[in-house]
Amino acid sequence: MIDAGRDALCELLDTLCPMHAVLDPTGHVVQAGPTLRKVVPDRDPVGARFLEIFEMARPNMARDMADLRALAGRRLRLWLRAGPRHALKGVLTPLPVGQGAGALVNLSFGISVVEAVRDFGLTGTDFAPTDLTTEMLYLIEAKSAAMEESRRLNLRLEDARISAQEQAFTDTLTGLRNRRALEHLLERQRQAGQAFALMHLDLDHFKEINDLHGHAMGDHVLQVAARRMKGQVRGDDVIARVGGDEFVFVLRGAAMPDGVNNAAARLISKLEEPILRNGQICRISASIGATLSGLYTTPDITRMMADADAALYAAKAAGRGCPVIHDPAGLRAVPVLRGAG
Amino acid sequence: MHGLINRAIERFVRDSYGDGLWCDVLARLDLGYDTFEPMMRYDLAVTQRLLEGLGLRLERRRDDLLEDIGTYLVSHPQVEAIRRLLRFSGVDFLDFLHALEDLPERARLAVAELDLPSLGLHAHGAGRYRLEVGLGGEDGLRLGHVMMGILRAMADDYGALVVLEHRGTSATHEVIEVQLLDAGFACGRSFDLGAGRQAG
Repeated sequence: MIDAGRDALCELLDTLCPMHAVLDPTGHVVQAGPTLRKVVPDRDPVGARFLEIFEMARPNMARDMADLRALAGRRLRLWLRAGPRHALKGVLTPLPVGQGAGALVNLSFGISVVEAVRDFGLTGTDFAPTDLTTEMLYLIEAKSAAMEESRRLNLRLEDARISAQEQAFTDTLTGLRNRRALEHLLERQRQAGQAFALMHLDLDHFKEINDLHGHAMGDHVLQVAARRMKGQVRGDDVIARVGGDEFVFVLRGAAMPDGVNNAAARLISKLEEPILRNGQICRISASIGATLSGLYTTPDITRMMADADAALYAAKAAGRGCPVIHDPAGLRAVPVLRGAG
Repeated sequence: MHGLINRAIERFVRDSYGDGLWCDVLARLDLGYDTFEPMMRYDLAVTQRLLEGLGLRLERRRDDLLEDIGTYLVSHPQVEAIRRLLRFSGVDFLDFLHALEDLPERARLAVAELDLPSLGLHAHGAGRYRLEVGLGGEDGLRLGHVMMGILRAMADDYGALVVLEHRGTSATHEVIEVQLLDAGFACGRSFDLGAGRQAG
């Protein structure tokens, strides 16, 4: 029944729009492009009613051929009734009157093209040579790969930034925090509003060790002292080396002056244990001045540092090797004498 | 020089000869780092020294080394993404060949700063083609032999039988002669258009 002209038209349509369907006046598919056949894999679309295979969603529902013809030239949005529900785009155009009251529908994939190509197992030859689908797929893949590289670069840069910051905030000799780190930390600590104690520690007799045994011994003593300090505080407490033999402790959660005083006394006895190196024995001690955020109505870091310094000065004046806690009433606390506690 | 090119050389060496050899070559170059960032730029001199160092270490001529790199880029599973991107260019090898002139533009769509050499294809009939690889791209690095490796591996990938010959260099371009003997010589590797997103 198919005449030569119809045959030629078939071929032409298969090449130009491989996802087309020709509908007869009753809305049945009389011809389907090769890609459309792939998209409707379980049945031969030819002979079926177009609206049995596809559900028209936009711009209007369509129930019959009259509804379909009324949508001529509009951007159609439709779904397969069976199989993956990827939205398809389409356009319908009435066939010339000589062909009866039939219509031509051409379909393409919408934004879900990547999934559709995968689910229907399509290849480059399933698209018209002028179709930009493969270029679009290329772009998606190329851009995803480039984005992935950029994402990895960002991660590496972030790691490098963190480790540079870590280095910038660390005292290289002792591995403790440095003064810069302390400033950041104290500001954060104050903002957090949680109770804390600030302890200023000065090693006693350290200068003599440097003078007597040299800087190598001095460095060794500092490293041992730093290790002992770390052993005496809790994990979230912070110790910073802020000068040659000066250290500042931030004791988080410390609210009781007696507790801080005891901790400081224990720390001093620990530091007083002899240090051995190459058969030589060194002894140091430490003086500590401390204050607690709980002693102030509004804790101010500069004020607290000054008070801790003053307490340290008092400890040194009292003969060194002892802690002094800041006394807001202005009465000088009696230093705990060594061996007394 | 775009870092992607140095990075490609690095991947080629690491995947073909191992990390030890790579670190060894880089240590001799004394650049102060031992890996290239694909999304950064480097001096052309770094790439030239790298190729020189590799040639000495591997006892390979520069041309052979570059061709090996081209083959690696298409055929090694570690860099499957590149082969996939190339396969988007054409449905068969002939289609791919005819789309070669778009390749620099395709590369730029993927990575805007990547400046590949211009490619010009001239048909001489009976399956014979002349491919001109420009000298202008990426600071004038000669990539003709890399192109040879890519073409050879892509022909394999499509299942086509080709003979390639590098015919030397003019003032503006390198010349590669391509003879397509049989476009359907073997069945080639399959290419699943939509597989890229699944893989990663």
